[in-house]
Amino acid sequence: MVIGIIKQFINKVLRNIFKNKKKVKLGLYGPPNGGKTTLANRICQDWLGEEMGSVSNVAHETREIQIKEQIIIKSKGKELAFNLVDTPGIATRIDYEDFIKAGMKEKEAKKRAKEATKGVIDSIKWLDEMDTVVVVLDSTKDPYSQVNITIIGNLQARNIPVLIIANKVDLKKSKIKKVQAAFPQYDVIGISGKYGTNIDKFYEGLFTLVK
Amino acid sequence: MGLVLQFVPYSEIEDLGPARRVNKLLDMAKENKIVLLGGRLKQEEEADLIAITMEEISSDFKGIELAVINPKKKENGFFDGIKSAMINKLLGDRQGFTIIGPATIVKQIKKDPDKIELFTKEISVKPKKKKKKS
Repeated sequence: MVIGIIKQFINKVLRNIFKNKKKVKLGLYGPPNGGKTTLANRICQDWLGEEMGSVSNVAHETREIQIKEQIIIKSKGKELAFNLVDTPGIATRIDYEDFIKAGMKEKEAKKRAKEATKGVIDSIKWLDEMDTVVVVLDSTKDPYSQVNITIIGNLQARNIPVLIIANKVDLKKSKIKKVQAAFPQYDVIGISGKYGTNIDKFYEGLFTLVK
Repeated sequence: MGLVLQFVPYSEIEDLGPARRVNKLLDMAKENKIVLLGGRLKQEEEADLIAITMEEISSDFKGIELAVINPKKKENGFFDGIKSAMINKLLGDRQGFTIIGPATIVKQIKKDPDKIELFTKEISVKPKKKKKKS
């Protein structure tokens, strides 16, 4: 019995050592077209000098999990290192005809729809891999959508720390207060990933989030 | 064809495992029914519902619209808090209700904390041509 307790103790110590050495996985989650990849590009440009992925006005531009390793951000003499994981937008419906309406040919639209469905499944699977998550919402859209609530509820159920970004504050229709009212128990920071508005506040928020 | 609303009391899914619960509800939505579940799924089951929906998407089935209504009363003081905690403990996932509609019929479900609006797609029905009397 004593040997068992010692073994358990050693395993626990070893687990903690490797846990601390492991890089923090910071996930960007949200519905399609919220601006996850725009924000990922902003972070990568600011700290690595390169882009992460392509962006588009047509939904489901990101259809595969993308990872940028070893990002180190600095603020007020502190450093924060993490691996950034940009995920495909989570949706409950995908219709290839929407892509045709956006100007694609039928074959291309069907291919995009198929890849997009796989992307949503991957995003959901990856929830368990995340250490901390930034949920990127379009502040011009209705924050009470069930997808937003399901994402945040699942992160809460997994005890994963969450920061909510109300993106696209540069647009007239942006309503940060509505996002704050929808998720009063979380920190909500309004930014424009496209123009970099309030980005320093976002980085400060990351330091608070990743302890 | 009219709109079919299928009410599912929580007792119908209570004893099922997570996968069977999700599949049962999704199968109804795939039959072009709008499902009204008395109660709610667990958070992980909601995520599973989305993932399984994605696996099922085809040219006929475009996905679902989903909304969960879980009325939360404002707690006024300590005793109200205890009362709410007890109700939560007793009723659990039986509280509130869930709407699942096929995307081919339900265009959007708008949710405010206090109300819900369900927008259906306009289905144009061509009027039957009258037969000319000879």
